[in-house]
Amino acid sequence: MTAIERELEVQRSSMEEQPAALLQNVTKQYPGHRALDGLSFSLRAGEIVALLGPNGAGKTTAIRVLLGLTSPTSGEARLFGRSPRVRAARTHVGAMLQVGRMPESLRVCEHIELFRGYYPRPLPLQEILRIAGLASVSQKLFGDLSGGQKQRVLFALALAGDPDLLFLDEPTLGMDIEARRALWAEVRSLAARGKTVLLTTHYLEEAEALASRILLLKNGRLLVEGTPGELRARAGASRIRCRTQLSEPFLLGMPEVKELRREGDRWLLCTDAPEAVLRVLLQADQALSGLEVSPMPFEEAFLSLTGDAVAEPAAMGQGGLA
Amino acid sequence: MPLSGVADSLHAGPNSRTLLALYGREIRAELVKMLRNRAYSFSAVGFPVIFYLLFSSINRHPGPEGRETARYLLASYSCFGAVGAALFGIGNGLAYERGHGWLELKRASPMPPMAYLVAKLASSLVFSLTICLLLVALGPLVSGRMLASPGEIVDLLGVVAVGTIPFASLGLLFGLAVPPGSGPGLVNLLYLPLSFCGGLWVPVELLPKWMQSFAQYLPTFWFSRLALHVFGFTGYSMLVGYGVLATYTVVLLGISARVWRVSEARA
Repeated sequence: MTAIERELEVQRSSMEEQPAALLQNVTKQYPGHRALDGLSFSLRAGEIVALLGPNGAGKTTAIRVLLGLTSPTSGEARLFGRSPRVRAARTHVGAMLQVGRMPESLRVCEHIELFRGYYPRPLPLQEILRIAGLASVSQKLFGDLSGGQKQRVLFALALAGDPDLLFLDEPTLGMDIEARRALWAEVRSLAARGKTVLLTTHYLEEAEALASRILLLKNGRLLVEGTPGELRARAGASRIRCRTQLSEPFLLGMPEVKELRREGDRWLLCTDAPEAVLRVLLQADQALSGLEVSPMPFEEAFLSLTGDAVAEPAAMGQGGLA
Repeated sequence: MPLSGVADSLHAGPNSRTLLALYGREIRAELVKMLRNRAYSFSAVGFPVIFYLLFSSINRHPGPEGRETARYLLASYSCFGAVGAALFGIGNGLAYERGHGWLELKRASPMPPMAYLVAKLASSLVFSLTICLLLVALGPLVSGRMLASPGEIVDLLGVVAVGTIPFASLGLLFGLAVPPGSGPGLVNLLYLPLSFCGGLWVPVELLPKWMQSFAQYLPTFWFSRLALHVFGFTGYSMLVGYGVLATYTVVLLGISARVWRVSEARA
């Protein structure tokens, strides 16, 4: 293969693997505040990606730039290789944004029908109602719905055009755990049908349950990205609990032990090399008992990555519901 | 990828029939929404009707002079109704939808932005004309006689429709500029002084002299002059009237566009 052929091959394959969405070195500067700071990422067709991060990390701004709702100070946003401001690009995209209030005197079905009309190949109304779980309230005025139902209407509007790419900004905010689970199931089945999904969330559990890839943002920058498992591993995260005669200096002396705590009559060791630590422990203390090895809960892994002890206490509490 | 690219460009420009249907649905939804919104439909229709009935019964005189007064009030309260429909409907409506993120969601969809604006304009036109017809129908009840010939009614409706446009532009600017949540209070601060000083409540001639000279700069004044002209209250140039309203429209739309661009850059 000559160099030129190789070059052509690269070009061809990059055409086929056109990302559904792309941010390239995007900075968004507000007066006195930089919301995005050289952020780059791309979404491959068919994956569910979660933008995770504390408040003010730039999650919503990233989505707004990708939707063409705000223009980046520098850098570039692309939807299917096109500017997000082009209407043709938007016909492939559905968005669920954080809407404080919307017109209350239209019926659920009227709202959905109106949005269906914006797209060239919308989903049938009945299917949208079914997926969003709104069939029983389709004739109700929007203003008469409960908070969770209103949120589901926004989800329905995002689906209306049968888009290839879905943006979900805090989709389950204000939903109870059952409604949240139901929405997750629908998002998964959308991805199974080849849709690409980008969601932002405060709920760590949500990111872990849905996303094949997590982008962790902080101060408008991409801190780290990976699968939920990789992220946890990067945070160095296994816990070993045991009852042992070994002394505190000995335990702390092991280079693999990152942190040591007393938990009742047991020791708690945090490490990213549990096998090596266990080998030493079992060798040194034949009477060791009460052994337990567990992965670090995702929340703590997340906190250790953002270095942020106060990510969002209220939301974290809810996110921790298992 | 190239094939789907072709398909996309076909969908990029929806043909004029589907676009027309889209505008139609947007207008219908806006109208239905506003009709069901009692806070709007009651105040937009109620204000002019009640004020018209009040002022007409106060100024009820027998004879030809009384008929002239009744005709005067019919024209000026038709304008009052149209200004209210546009300011409340577009100004308040837009301030609400912009302030709570609804407009943003619409903008993220492939909806043509113009469809949104046209729907708001069309809806306030329907309200303006309905109010005007309502006043025409109420006229004989309060004054005890026919006030307008069919020809005059048609002319009045035409003037009301045209005159709604500058106030729709004012509503647009208002909706884009007011801070979220303060729409309903502020819109009255615009609506009532504009109407009073422009001579929509009582004839301008009854206002103090300084107000009379000030009125000549107001779009409400010239709107009412155009409507009054239909009923034979001449003495002002129609050309100047249309010129003033057109100038207001162009300037207000220009400022709106600027405000929009600035807010978009900051968003």
